[in-house]
Amino acid sequence: MSFGILSYGAYVPRLRLQRKVIADANSWFNAALKGLGKGERAMANWDEDPVTMAVEAARDALVGHDRDGVTAVTLASTTFPFLDRLNAGVVTGALSLDESTASNDISGTQRAGTTALLQALNSRGQTLVAAAEKRDSNAASPLEMQTGDGAAALLIGEGEPVAKLLASSTRSADFVDHFRTIDSGTDYGWEERWIRDAGYMTIVPPAIKAALDKAGLTPADVNHFVMPAVLPKLANAMAKKAGVPDAAVRDNLSAVCGDTGAAHALVMLVHALEQAKPGERILVVGFGQGVDVMVFEVTPANEKKTGRLGVSGHLARRREETNYNKFLAFNDVVEIERGMRSEADKLTALSAMWRNRGAVTSFTGGKCEKCGTLQYPISRICVNPNCGAVDTQKPEPFADKTGRVNSYTADRLTYSPDPPACYGMIQFEEGGRWMMDFTDVDEKDLEVGRNMRMMFRVKDIDNQRGFRRYFWKAAPVAAGGN
Amino acid sequence: MAKGIRDKVAILGMGCSKFGERWDMNAEDLMVEAYVEALSDAGIETKQIDAAWLGTGIEEQHVGKSAVPLAVALRLPFIPVTRVENFCASGTEAFRGAVYAVASGAADIALALGVEKLKDTGYGGLPQRGRGTVNNMTWPNLSAPGSFAQLAAAYRAKHGASPEDLKRAMAHVSVKSHDNGAKNPKAHLRNKIDIDTVLKAPMIAEPLGLFDCCGVSDGSACAIVTTPEIARSLGKTDLITVKALQLAVSNGSEAQHNSWDGSYFATTRIAAKRAYAEAGIEKPRDEVSLVEVHDCFSITELVTMEDLYLSPEGGAIRDILDGFYDADGQLPCQIDGGLKCFGHPIGASGLRMIYEMYLQMLGRAGERQRQETPRIGMTHNLGGFPHQNVCSISIVGRYEG
Repeated sequence: MSFGILSYGAYVPRLRLQRKVIADANSWFNAALKGLGKGERAMANWDEDPVTMAVEAARDALVGHDRDGVTAVTLASTTFPFLDRLNAGVVTGALSLDESTASNDISGTQRAGTTALLQALNSRGQTLVAAAEKRDSNAASPLEMQTGDGAAALLIGEGEPVAKLLASSTRSADFVDHFRTIDSGTDYGWEERWIRDAGYMTIVPPAIKAALDKAGLTPADVNHFVMPAVLPKLANAMAKKAGVPDAAVRDNLSAVCGDTGAAHALVMLVHALEQAKPGERILVVGFGQGVDVMVFEVTPANEKKTGRLGVSGHLARRREETNYNKFLAFNDVVEIERGMRSEADKLTALSAMWRNRGAVTSFTGGKCEKCGTLQYPISRICVNPNCGAVDTQKPEPFADKTGRVNSYTADRLTYSPDPPACYGMIQFEEGGRWMMDFTDVDEKDLEVGRNMRMMFRVKDIDNQRGFRRYFWKAAPVAAGGN
Repeated sequence: MAKGIRDKVAILGMGCSKFGERWDMNAEDLMVEAYVEALSDAGIETKQIDAAWLGTGIEEQHVGKSAVPLAVALRLPFIPVTRVENFCASGTEAFRGAVYAVASGAADIALALGVEKLKDTGYGGLPQRGRGTVNNMTWPNLSAPGSFAQLAAAYRAKHGASPEDLKRAMAHVSVKSHDNGAKNPKAHLRNKIDIDTVLKAPMIAEPLGLFDCCGVSDGSACAIVTTPEIARSLGKTDLITVKALQLAVSNGSEAQHNSWDGSYFATTRIAAKRAYAEAGIEKPRDEVSLVEVHDCFSITELVTMEDLYLSPEGGAIRDILDGFYDADGQLPCQIDGGLKCFGHPIGASGLRMIYEMYLQMLGRAGERQRQETPRIGMTHNLGGFPHQNVCSISIVGRYEG
């Protein structure tokens, strides 16, 4: 038994917006965007946000792990959907973790992900660290091209680690390469050359050296150099300055995902762990108003197959999106005419939400102790027509069950931010069913009998009050099985 | 089993407004339009009515809550008036209230009136509305076409029907109803259409296209009921009596228990069996002479033919394409145009169906009159969704007593 990274997972939304379509739309205004118009960026579906992406990354990390051991959940992001409602608390609920779990949001810097990870590594107990980001950007901004939406999660604690922390170092510096406030909405950044030279190249190297010295390693001992940076070749320049071999510099996933902000160091770390061999060292740099540096050594336990999708699996779960207008509409960059049907009041009764948190947030149903029938939601009287026993149901988790489509439609009449609204009856083989929304599905892929997994998503957005409610939706089971 | 109400109650008079986009009418005006016709047909005065029931489904779009709107519109003299709401079965529910009141002896003459003013929403289709505080948190934002469309997916999977065959039979359902509606001066949609028009129409909810969906209409229908004895004492000779009134309501088993496969209406099958037993009908396919079903969507009518035991299970496609349910077929279905073309003002629909039976049995159906006067007519209302609904069935027929 020793302390370290026990498990890891990631989430990248299925939609991949082709950068060429962004460049085609905007280069009339800014010709420089043409040069960025290559590859694709991960694009959250309309019903995804940092909370839902963190839930999926956490579920990915927890595959094969007993959740009872988790004592804390830390969620890092600079794009939390709620300013004053614990976002990590929603994640804790969606994961059906025990109410004794400590939960905590970390924000305020692009380094939030590494800071959360470092805190967990420096604490006791078992902490689930998740980082997720979905940054707003202005149309025709470079950021729109450079960023992507995504999440990563790592389980830290005592056990059989897949990687151990050898050393770390941190620097704080109020170096404002960019900022974002409620008033600004999107990032306001300074000149890139200054950020590179006075920022990264000045602040980071001493921290790398300090960490390597503490670990008793030389730069040449680093096999995987993880440093997110949207500036081209910056990571290579940094590695060179630090003495780390260029071959160790990890792909920043720019071509296939984009920079996932506060989550990206962890996304890249998870990606490195998916490929690293036992004994290899991973050096992680998280930059933002200072720097976090961590040096890990991968253990033989990392060779064990877990069934997680991770970064690679999620990158493979992919659908090309070539409609830039859809991206703009999903992110409220343009206001489209949504029609009178969108005006229906989406008020959530907070008291009812709390009362029904098991069914709604955790997707918990019931199992009748008398006849064994599984049912959703839990109820006072058993639904089995041949039973009808009263108060016999024990909570039964449904979130990780696979259901299959019993009936479906693609509805063009009802309001949906992404019509047609696909929904139908999902039947769980062991018992239980529910008429529910589908997500991440193409109309042509709908068929009776299709296997569907449950995903935690935004159910409705209440524009009138700025609230959003979450629920579970059915998504086709990917080819990988998860 | 309870004895039921067979032949205990007779229809004294009926009325029905013109259905359609009644831009110049409030719900109250539509009520009066149906009521004046019914009162005149019954040959009585308002003061002779002992109790009344109002059926309306989406009251928040027009009259608001309670029975007061009916009492005010008809100037009812402070009698007991009740508003009932049971989705699209609300009209038949109002009828059931009035019929039960007469059957029990609590009232000599009772009134049932259904009304709906749907065309004040500002957009096409049924109003978009919430499903309740808790349901809103987990249910899809499902529309009526979206929920009923799912019958088609499950029906195809169960019976191995090809999408093309099913869609063609569904199209025949709509073409037939348009043919019938064209002959009905009170119908909302009076244009004939052809199969190609249906097949090529814009998709609403896969596989339901525009012409697979019924009209969303304003309208009202009304019945005045009494005992056969009182009807006779008031000078009526050809009496139409109620043979059966049944209602089956989902208890969550379709929505939550895997015993239902999604391809049929569990409620309809139960209500139909009870109604046939109450009416003393053993072979419905042979004994029922006219049927009006809840054809909110073409697929609903198709599967309902099986659920009412009129077509064999899996056999509705063939019967429909064979013309069995056409106006000149063996058992006409929707001879007045149905919800599809007469229109579907929710609370009025159940009573509108009974109105058609009443007219046909008295030989008063005009251009669409069935040549051989029907003896047993069945009406069927569904409210809600295939996976959770209310189904009401009424059987009326000539009084042989």
